[in-house]
Amino acid sequence: MKNNHMPDQAKRPPTAALYITCLANSLRPEIGHACVQLVESLGFKVDVPLDQTCCGQPGYNAGHRDQAIAVAKTQITALQGYDWVVVPSGSCAGMIINHYPRLFDQDTDWLERATRLAARTRELCQFLEEQGWHPGTRPQHRTQHAWAYHTSCSCRRETHSHEQGHRLLLKAGIRLAHLHDQEVCCGFGGTFAAKFDPLSSRMGQKKLAAIEQCSATGVTSADLGCLLQLQSLDRSGLSFCHIAELLAGTNATERQS
Amino acid sequence: MNKHGANGFAAQSQQALDDTALQSALGHAQSGFVKKRAQAIAMVDEFEQLKANAQAAKRQALANLAPLLEQFEQNLIRNGGEVHWAQTPQELNATVMAIARNANGRRIIKGKSMIGEECELNAALESAGFDVVESDLGEYIIQLAKEPPSHIIAPAIHKTRQQVAELFRQYHALGERGLDAISDLVGEARTVLREAFLTADIGITGANVLVAENGSIALVTNEGNGDLSATLPRVHIVVTSIEKVVASMEDASLILEVLARSATGQHMSAYTSFYSGPRQAQDPDGPDQFHVILLDNGRSEMLGTPFEPMLNCIKCGACLNHCPVYTNVGGHAYGWVYPGPMGSVLTPLLQGLDAALPLPNASTFCGRCEEVCPMGIPLPDLLRQLRAQQHEQKREPRRWRWGLTLYSRLSRHPRLFSWNLRLSRAMLRWLPQRAWPNQRTPIRPSGDTTFLEQWRTRAQNGLKNAAQNGPQQGK
Repeated sequence: MKNNHMPDQAKRPPTAALYITCLANSLRPEIGHACVQLVESLGFKVDVPLDQTCCGQPGYNAGHRDQAIAVAKTQITALQGYDWVVVPSGSCAGMIINHYPRLFDQDTDWLERATRLAARTRELCQFLEEQGWHPGTRPQHRTQHAWAYHTSCSCRRETHSHEQGHRLLLKAGIRLAHLHDQEVCCGFGGTFAAKFDPLSSRMGQKKLAAIEQCSATGVTSADLGCLLQLQSLDRSGLSFCHIAELLAGTNATERQS
Repeated sequence: MNKHGANGFAAQSQQALDDTALQSALGHAQSGFVKKRAQAIAMVDEFEQLKANAQAAKRQALANLAPLLEQFEQNLIRNGGEVHWAQTPQELNATVMAIARNANGRRIIKGKSMIGEECELNAALESAGFDVVESDLGEYIIQLAKEPPSHIIAPAIHKTRQQVAELFRQYHALGERGLDAISDLVGEARTVLREAFLTADIGITGANVLVAENGSIALVTNEGNGDLSATLPRVHIVVTSIEKVVASMEDASLILEVLARSATGQHMSAYTSFYSGPRQAQDPDGPDQFHVILLDNGRSEMLGTPFEPMLNCIKCGACLNHCPVYTNVGGHAYGWVYPGPMGSVLTPLLQGLDAALPLPNASTFCGRCEEVCPMGIPLPDLLRQLRAQQHEQKREPRRWRWGLTLYSRLSRHPRLFSWNLRLSRAMLRWLPQRAWPNQRTPIRPSGDTTFLEQWRTRAQNGLKNAAQNGPQQGK
């Protein structure tokens, strides 16, 4: 196994903080356990800083810049001191990596801290592939279900890790259905889904139609927001499962099969 | 123009979602644009380089806007043309009318121009008693339908073929002519328009690029209607805006390289023409008078602000064609002439923040617009900045203002935040179906508590176990 660990002092195992994201934290805690399992399997000492809350994106995207700065400072403080910060979401990872530094263009001290955090923050799939993750001793059989991999817009355009997710799924033996129009948004967009519900719903329904067309029975993605958006609109009983659970083999749908 | 303008976006987009004819028209056309652009770009290895070149040319031009415009004016005067400056749409319209009256012109043929749309030039001309005929097929269709364009390069994209045939039946003396095939529709329009071209006194066109070094304007069309509008009538009036100027023919060519590929997926538009003045003694044809009207309408105020990148826009429409919002609701929902992501930025800048409050919010920030923009305009970021202006000026709906403020406040206090999440979990667990929007089924939280609580418990138990088990762990 190839490990690109940061140079560590003495025999201390490299540390990785899991930044769980507010959505997974509150609604799908099982994603967190799957992430811990995946990152630990690479030989990292995983910690979950208890002072983490939300990356601040809801306020930031609404133009509440001052509040976003205050929230970002809280997160930067909570996440300091780890070799890596792993985020199971392209959206929240993109916020930390691309947008935190831009919040502090007037504040050199915090800019430096934000830039340092950005440099060691990775979207989960990014991290797993960089660190040479492989499914290990888990039985390597092709899954029963065909999964549609929804490459979230954030993984595609913020963290540029959608292809890494795809490769990891193949490596893990997940059977993937060929989904058309992958680059099209599912219509979530954070508060957009609430502000423009009919429009957001139509966008989600079109995504679900594409998923049905590719005869997948489940949908996976690295962004829980997209999965919840689609799940709330699904009428055909699809399974919805974060990519961390599929990779870790902890997903109930696949375990039953 | 839409009755409620851009502020009616929510209701207008709902209407659009329910309009089956519109949905079918949008579905067909949009996928075509996206596919053709992808193919056109795949055929050039160095598209990223072409984009960088075009952006560099435009950046340079904007940095020297005033001197370049002066140079353009001097060269155009040298060519025998006239330049007019218009601060506002009203000034532009008045200038057009003055030129037309001085030339004793009453019949006007028009090529497609978004500046004309921005100024509502047709309405102004018609109410002043001029006869105006749009010569671009799409524009002609919406002129008959008395509707604004719904797309900046395909103005009648919201119309199905059947609806177009219906319009022609209503307004043309058809006689025996049938309208079953698309070629019948085109033939019908051609017959009517030919007459208008030949009898027009004044031709009005837009311009895609202005060239400072020789006082030329570049005009790009696919139907050749722009060229007929420019060359057949006695007077050619170009209505355009100040940010379209570039230094040289070389720079103009860099922009044209990316324009057609991004817009229609063509290497070049069918007709790319340069006009540099009235008919000269040795010319076999051409207009007696050549006027260029340069509109500002708030553009110069964007210079040096965070919104300056919007002046890079070459109106290719790629952001519209790839926008998940635009492709679902079409252009009319946006309430003014510029729809899609570029419109959601431009409309509040040109018409005022209050005139278009929903538009900057009507985006999922999926980022595809920025990805396909040949001029590298950071559209999501500009939308976010407009949201920030709304916030600063207290223009966002109060429940969002306070809701998001509360959430941000809570996010600064891990303890409070954790209680809030646990409370939300409990609420979501019991929230009845009827509390959710119609089409959605409730999202229920899984597990016993939040992940952080589970982790905290695990850590505490771990410590307890460690204390009980002493040094021999994991026996």
